[in-house]
Amino acid sequence: MTGVSVSVAMPFTLTLHTHTRKAPMHHTFVAYVEDKPGVLTRVASLFRRLNINIISLTVGHSERPGISRMTIVADANDEAGNRIRASLYKLENVLDVDDIGRAPSVTRELALIKVAATASNRSQIFELAEVFRARIVDLAPESLMIEITGVESKIEGLIQVLNETESRVIEVCRSGKMTMRRGHHTKGVLKAMGVGDPEPAPPGNQPLETGHDNFADNI
Amino acid sequence: MSITDKNDNAHLTTPTRLTGSEIIWATLVGEGVTTVFGYPGGAILPAYDALRKFPIRHILVRHEQGAAHMADGYARACGKVGVAIATSGPGATNLVTGIATAMLDSIPMVCITGQVSSKVLGTDAFQEVDITGITLPVTKHNMLVTRTEDIAPAIRQAVQIAQSGRPGPVLVDITKDAQQNAAIFDFAAAKPAPYQPHPMLSVVNTHLSDAADLIRNAKRPVILAGHGILQSNAGEQVRTLAERMQIPVGTTLLGLGGFPASHPLNLGMMGMHGESWVNQAIQEADLLIACGMRFDDRVIGTPKTYSPNSKKIHIDIDPAEINKNIKADVALVGDLREVLEQLLPLLPGRDGSAWINTIEASKGTAAVRDIRNLPDNGHLYAAHVMHDLWRITEGKAIIATDVGQHQMWEAQYYRHDHPNTLITSGGLGTMGFALPAGIGAKFAQPDKEVWVIAGDGGFQMTAAELATIAQENLNVNIAIINNGYLGMVRQWQEFFYEKNYESTPLVSPDFVKLADAHGIPGLAVRSRSELEAAVQTARSHQGAFLINFLVEKEDSVYPMIPAGAALHEMIRRPGHNPLVERPEDK
Repeated sequence: MTGVSVSVAMPFTLTLHTHTRKAPMHHTFVAYVEDKPGVLTRVASLFRRLNINIISLTVGHSERPGISRMTIVADANDEAGNRIRASLYKLENVLDVDDIGRAPSVTRELALIKVAATASNRSQIFELAEVFRARIVDLAPESLMIEITGVESKIEGLIQVLNETESRVIEVCRSGKMTMRRGHHTKGVLKAMGVGDPEPAPPGNQPLETGHDNFADNI
Repeated sequence: MSITDKNDNAHLTTPTRLTGSEIIWATLVGEGVTTVFGYPGGAILPAYDALRKFPIRHILVRHEQGAAHMADGYARACGKVGVAIATSGPGATNLVTGIATAMLDSIPMVCITGQVSSKVLGTDAFQEVDITGITLPVTKHNMLVTRTEDIAPAIRQAVQIAQSGRPGPVLVDITKDAQQNAAIFDFAAAKPAPYQPHPMLSVVNTHLSDAADLIRNAKRPVILAGHGILQSNAGEQVRTLAERMQIPVGTTLLGLGGFPASHPLNLGMMGMHGESWVNQAIQEADLLIACGMRFDDRVIGTPKTYSPNSKKIHIDIDPAEINKNIKADVALVGDLREVLEQLLPLLPGRDGSAWINTIEASKGTAAVRDIRNLPDNGHLYAAHVMHDLWRITEGKAIIATDVGQHQMWEAQYYRHDHPNTLITSGGLGTMGFALPAGIGAKFAQPDKEVWVIAGDGGFQMTAAELATIAQENLNVNIAIINNGYLGMVRQWQEFFYEKNYESTPLVSPDFVKLADAHGIPGLAVRSRSELEAAVQTARSHQGAFLINFLVEKEDSVYPMIPAGAALHEMIRRPGHNPLVERPEDK
């Protein structure tokens, strides 16, 4: 039941993208690690030892065989960034660490949301999902499941809107953030996109000037 | 079985089918290991069964913690990797304190533990414990090996990791079935990939010239000499830096011996129990050149007030140490010796006499008030013992200390001119370290005189290793600084807990009789007049000798910076202290 395709413009863009800069403590690292037992523990244990909370951690295969890629969002200030990166490199199974900082990058999260909905109120949920460019991936007599991909604020927006309907949100499953640096764009293109410096920060340097990390999330 | 002759190492050059047990030893032999410290048990028995076929000396310890400390002391004394071996479960957990000790002091060590068979892993089998999980935060790396063919690569990699970059302990946990099964042993093929230096090492020309500018223009510079000098063998380079640029040197506890104590530019040990002028100089400095040290809290007091007006050049091999405790103005991240070799050509020379004279003047009466200059009043002070041990051994002995008051007195009064002559647990502060570490050091340097100095408290933590000394006929001299208290804790209770001596008075066995029970002769020394004869007796005795120094009970280590206080807020030797009378008051 995924073929519902009503093209609706996204009227909530501005309200959903509340660029909450009051959370500058979040620091994003991308780490390439060996795909071996215990590696996740080693990485997680490092943050535990430093008494730093992990906001989100996602792992999956990378483009290199036998190498996994992690995106780690940690509750750490910029000063701690270099130390965390240096400490991650000290783990034998960690091959490469990128400190994303505020460099131009794309961040996405996937969420599955199960909503209590019956035949009588399904159509309202369909509409909402459509507006958020989410998909319905499962339909049961008393519930349906929505799949949504996007930046954190977009997903939270959908959950919030669902909560404000009469349909009850039964379950939410979120993947955590995945981040990738943007490619090399020309200055003109970057200026047009409003993402600051054209050169991605070389690994290890201080984060670049502020750029919209959730730029064009609906692409 | 293809191995018949203990000294036939053909299997190292020709791939041979061996059991996992044989592979363990064959790999260690190939890595140049000659001595291991261990304790057998069920899960490591296959390995022990194969030991007789290999030219490796196994030292049977009395407790696995002793094995870890011995491997540690061995590594500290000769720079080679130390190897400890234990069985699964309690054998492995007993190693943990020793591993943590090595971790905190960056000591290259490989621990091999037996593990239950891979078929029963995770079933709470007899003597099963998740030792790779337990030691994860206290090892540089650890691994669980369940297949025979992985043993050689794992051990070779462990040896490489332990020694490379910033050294540290590595644990290899090998299941019993991996030891029992056979596989083709190909030593050359098991060689790990070449060591990759930490990718964040950076010694770029601009940083070097920034550092050189700071050094050239400094009016009040101080070199902070740390353990890195010993580990990267940079004593000569630090000395050149100090002499050429006329910069005084303060050392950390683990840096003692890295820069000669008798050198005129050596100020002595810094930090909590450092001499007042060292800490004063650091507080007033306009430039600190930190060489292979990590600004430990026992060195800086509190970061808020630490050397407030100085620029800091931080040279260290571990990028994670940069800006950890103290913010660096210039960070040179790399091997200390290599960094200094690049830096020295940029430094032509400088006149530093004004600053050196200022520091000299700040010493004031401190040296005069020093306990060493007191006339003999019939009492025996630990400081005297250290000073006299230094004098009698001409500063050439290897000293292994425990942790506490005697450790600080040793650091203050035994003047180390040579690297790797002080073996002490600095970072973890492990009581019970001295005796096993001294044993390990003696195996590493059999021709050197080794003294174990321990308090009456710490000595009892690992006193069982006296039997190891007896079994191995080892010539180690033991000095117990016996004051009937857990002295350093008592000192804290005196200063900060209103003399509430809770649980610090200590009843000990007669240590001389205890030694005698092990066939080790000993003497008790109660006054300074008996000291020299006793020490000479110990030195001339062929074999171990124990001296029980019954020292002043409530003596304290001065000066002292209370934990978390600023370096200049030190507790000095009190004028009213009967232990320290000012000669000029008379």
